[in-house]
Amino acid sequence: MRETIIHIVTVLVVLFVVLNIAAGLIWVERRLLALWQDRYGPNRVGPFGLLQVAADTIKLFFKEDWVPPFADKWVFILAPGIVMLTVLMSFTVLTFAPGIAIADLNIGLLFVLAMSSLGVYSVVLGGWASDNKYALLGGLRAAAQMLSYEVFMGLSLMGVVLMAGSFSMSAIVEAQRKMWFVVPQFLGFVLFLIAGVAETRRLPFDIPEAESELVAGFHSEYSGMKFGMFFVGEYVGVVLISALISILFFGGWLGPVLPPIVWFLIKMFFFIGFFILLRAALPRPRFDQLMDWGWKLMLPLALANLLVTGAIVLAVR
Amino acid sequence: MLSVIRTLWHIFLHAFHPRVTVQYPDEKPYLAPRYRGRIILSRDPDGGERCVACYLCAVACPVDCISLQATEDETGRRYPEFFRINFSRCIFCGYCEEACPTYAIQLTPDFEICEYNRQNLVYEKEDLLISGPGKYPDYSFWRVAGVEIGGKGKGESEREDPPADLRSLMP
Ligand code: SF4
Ligand code: SF4
Repeated sequence: MRETIIHIVTVLVVLFVVLNIAAGLIWVERRLLALWQDRYGPNRVGPFGLLQVAADTIKLFFKEDWVPPFADKWVFILAPGIVMLTVLMSFTVLTFAPGIAIADLNIGLLFVLAMSSLGVYSVVLGGWASDNKYALLGGLRAAAQMLSYEVFMGLSLMGVVLMAGSFSMSAIVEAQRKMWFVVPQFLGFVLFLIAGVAETRRLPFDIPEAESELVAGFHSEYSGMKFGMFFVGEYVGVVLISALISILFFGGWLGPVLPPIVWFLIKMFFFIGFFILLRAALPRPRFDQLMDWGWKLMLPLALANLLVTGAIVLAVR
Repeated sequence: MLSVIRTLWHIFLHAFHPRVTVQYPDEKPYLAPRYRGRIILSRDPDGGERCVACYLCAVACPVDCISLQATEDETGRRYPEFFRINFSRCIFCGYCEEACPTYAIQLTPDFEICEYNRQNLVYEKEDLLISGPGKYPDYSFWRVAGVEIGGKGKGESEREDPPADLRSLMP
């Protein structure tokens, strides 16, 4: 009984914290982007513009929640839910600090990869259900992009799994007591970072959205809270990938002096900031360029990384 | 790859650059005297309306937001009976000022003309007329124009000779 209550409380706390971080990221992103573009960003609503998030949310709630008459109604309504659901599901297997995890599955990493593959359905279905040329193009691009990063995303992580000898998050972190995996698995880290940006569909890989070419890409037809779900889903995705990077390559909660959860948050926010810096700095490639790199450069690199790591692990054992 | 990292670094350094934003309502930006903002109608140095209701500004306006009606006073001096600018359509291009032969219509460096009610953006002549000559303090169209109006006969304008008496012309 006590176990169950603790589990439920953990679920609720994680849900609350993750969603709040994701919403707060809207403000963080706008302020940071402004910082790197020599502006101030939102600084009028509340202290430091912090209430901007509340203002935006209230605005979204009052927007008309419109389903276009030509759209495929149920798929159109379902699509934004999928992205939220899959990303939030991925959080169930993350270990934030010793003992702070919802379910420390022994196949944790596989679960995350599976959920992230499902997540792209949301974009593709949303784009195709809208029955709008731009949305359709966005959906097509999302499919093409998924084909190019999904392959090496999983493979780039296998080096970590080989070295830790486990798919479980807590085991992977514990295996980094001596050395963070970013040192031996630097290639894997870079590959996963690139795949992670593509996975969250953030600039420079926001090819399915591409405001400058496709209006708003797959969510051109969405408004109100459905658009908000895509939006928050994207930010939750950023939080997820940043959390994954810090767990898999930067020793998760390991660190001196400060409590474990603080170390975890510091590392995670560092990578969230890095995501935003990427957005501020880099232009968007064409989607055929992304496929080109994915298949001809990243995939061979990921395979080579896997082979070499495997050989070394075998030799050392 | 290296160029990407270099770009990231340079963008990161922008965090330490000075901001370019002017915090507008607290801190007003400097606007040049010829900034194209709210439109006014100016007056002669002696206080009369400059506008001669020639319609040139209304013709020049690309969005057709000026409307006026010409009339004359008893001395033959033309002036607009009404003069209306719809600022909700005006694009502040300044063509009206360029077209005006009398410097009557002028744009000013004031842009704070927001209204909650769109109808309030339609300015009538009383709203547009100011009491001074605006950007051209000494100019008076009627003093240089060679037409006869009340109080000024033929040949009494500046830089104008009195009309020659044809019959008194002696060889
Ligand atoms: S500024 Fe341009 S748009 Fe405005 S009244 Fe003059 S001519 Fe018309
Ligand atoms: S403002 Fe100038 S251009 Fe317009 S009617 Fe009057 S005199 Fe003519």
